[in-house]
Amino acid sequence: MIAQKKNKTGLFIALVVAAALLILAIVLENTLDPIKNTIFFTVLKKGAVYALVACSMNLLNGFTGLFSLGQAGFMLLGAYTYATLTIPMSAKDSVYYLYGGTVFRFSLPDLFGGADKPLGLILGVLLALVCAGIVAAAVAWLIGLPVLRLKSDYLAIATLGFAEIIRAVFQWDKLGPVTNGANALKSFPTFSSFNLKNASGEVTLRLSIFVAFLLAAICIALILLLINSSYGRAFKAIREDEVAAEAMGINLAKHKRLSFCISSFFAGVGGGMFAMFANQAQARNFTTAMTYEILLIVVIGGIGSISGSCLASFLYVAASEWWLRFLDKETTLTHIFGFDLDQPFKVPLLRNGFRMVVFSVVIMIVVLFFRRGLMGDKELPDVLRRFGAFCKRLFRRPAKKTGKGGEDNG
Amino acid sequence: MADTVLRLENITMQFGGVVAVNDLSLHVDRGEIVALIGPNGAGKTTAFNCVTGVYEPTNGRVTLLGETIVENHPQGKMKTQYLGQDPDKFPHVVAHTPDVITQKGIARTFQNIRLFGALTVFENVLIAKHMRAKQNFLSATFRLNRAEEKRMREEAAALLAEQDLYQFKDEVASSLPYGLQRRLEIARALAAGPKLLLLDEPAAGMNPQETQELTDFIRKIRAEYGLTVFMIEHHMDLVMQISDRIYVLDFGKLIAKGTPQEVQNDPRVIEAYLGVADDAEN
Repeated sequence: MIAQKKNKTGLFIALVVAAALLILAIVLENTLDPIKNTIFFTVLKKGAVYALVACSMNLLNGFTGLFSLGQAGFMLLGAYTYATLTIPMSAKDSVYYLYGGTVFRFSLPDLFGGADKPLGLILGVLLALVCAGIVAAAVAWLIGLPVLRLKSDYLAIATLGFAEIIRAVFQWDKLGPVTNGANALKSFPTFSSFNLKNASGEVTLRLSIFVAFLLAAICIALILLLINSSYGRAFKAIREDEVAAEAMGINLAKHKRLSFCISSFFAGVGGGMFAMFANQAQARNFTTAMTYEILLIVVIGGIGSISGSCLASFLYVAASEWWLRFLDKETTLTHIFGFDLDQPFKVPLLRNGFRMVVFSVVIMIVVLFFRRGLMGDKELPDVLRRFGAFCKRLFRRPAKKTGKGGEDNG
Repeated sequence: MADTVLRLENITMQFGGVVAVNDLSLHVDRGEIVALIGPNGAGKTTAFNCVTGVYEPTNGRVTLLGETIVENHPQGKMKTQYLGQDPDKFPHVVAHTPDVITQKGIARTFQNIRLFGALTVFENVLIAKHMRAKQNFLSATFRLNRAEEKRMREEAAALLAEQDLYQFKDEVASSLPYGLQRRLEIARALAAGPKLLLLDEPAAGMNPQETQELTDFIRKIRAEYGLTVFMIEHHMDLVMQISDRIYVLDFGKLIAKGTPQEVQNDPRVIEAYLGVADDAEN
């Protein structure tokens, strides 16, 4: 019974945190100056997308113990599915001008009244994202048939190969009417399309970050629900010991395939959201480097911790896109701390590319000090509970003997 | 015949040119505790693995309560390499993965403990309930299986309470002391609701007192759950005290069978264990 009570408080904490973040997203976006804070807003949106993809990868790598590196491939499938289904009819010819139009003679938002109306936009985008997930999951099912027989490194290599093949195939010229060849797909609804406008076209309420957060939160909540269900336990059992899991009646093939497909589903949705974030879908963006970025987020956050993945994705995106940007700029100082310098001082080392050097070192330091990632395999409620117990102990007066004992073993 | 729970017929397991188990036939009746003993490398665990679906035997048949769960005959390359008997006796091929065999009613423990180390004691037991649940992943994700989940949790909690493990239920399994880990592994196997329990060296690494406790424990679970137990064991104290019948394997071959007294006095057994026939008189 204790375990169930714990689950309830955990659920409560998670809901409160999610709601607070969503409200914060609306408040921040509408109070801060959008031009000065462009990079901050970009980080928030990209962070939300990466958080979702990292969680989907964590489901597979951290909870089921299947080391797969196909995430960028599934994101690509999702991005292209989303894009092809949502480009408005009016824009199709201009997007596919090299191939004289596309084979997709419909557009989901247009079916519901057009992307400029709320209903068409919301239904069209949601349906397209679900389709993006389904396409990714269906391909994962097919790939999984041969590939999931492999284990550890071999599985990683096979899935990596798949992602590369997908990327190459999508750039193939002959598929132009579907994928637009190596050119980008664009003009589809993005996060900014959700900003509320008045009749004269001025933005009255910015919702782009809110929408990104909301979509990511819903998907991550679904992943969490799955992980805390009986199937989640079965996945963890497979991670811990395949032989024992099988001896306990868990069908390995079925459960691995399930985990692979669900993970790919959310990677596909994440890919669709990435297209919304980037305002375009182009195969050459979904490189192996992207998979490694996501893997890095999972490892830094803690393998087997969803809250760790979320936290790490924002930190990672902020560090790589924003906080360390100044390292890439050649800087010449003319005055320092208010004193004018006789000669302009050129700061050494700062030049294009130096950011990544520092960034790599930072990551190495993080990994050295947090060997199991920022959160280990703990979730946010566990950490808060431990912190609470720590505070209690800190403030409890030693003289008082009536304090309730036995509550600390949480 | 109807009361035979497990029957192995002419089981031969050949790896390349090595015959690990050679023409092993045995049966375990309802409510019995039967031990399979033999020196190291005699093929005991291989025999277990043939029963539980980890290996597919080269030749032979295994039946559980009259239902054939494993059957095979030499095929392909093995046809020419086969060194055992009766290659034509078993015409069918029946093979199941270990999870199916567990669902049919055989649960097992392992020689080197295989718990789900990072999970709690409670989760370890709860996982065994997963296979019989009717939910699918959607109903489980959207919590449409509350009644079933509640029942699974209650059953697991009740089982832990019966096995005196309830006070450890929120501990991480790998943090338990060795003796408790052994008991948890048996409890987990019981949670799968088996008709037949296979124990692979349950007393390995235990001191005499722990071994004695284990003896009582095995007797107790047999009585309480109406189980049939088939076990591999090296501790002769345990084996002689607890077994109704004993089979002795050496180099993959059955060299003796019978009650503990019969086996104890069998010169072939003593020779297999000690290698000196003269000591048989002591």
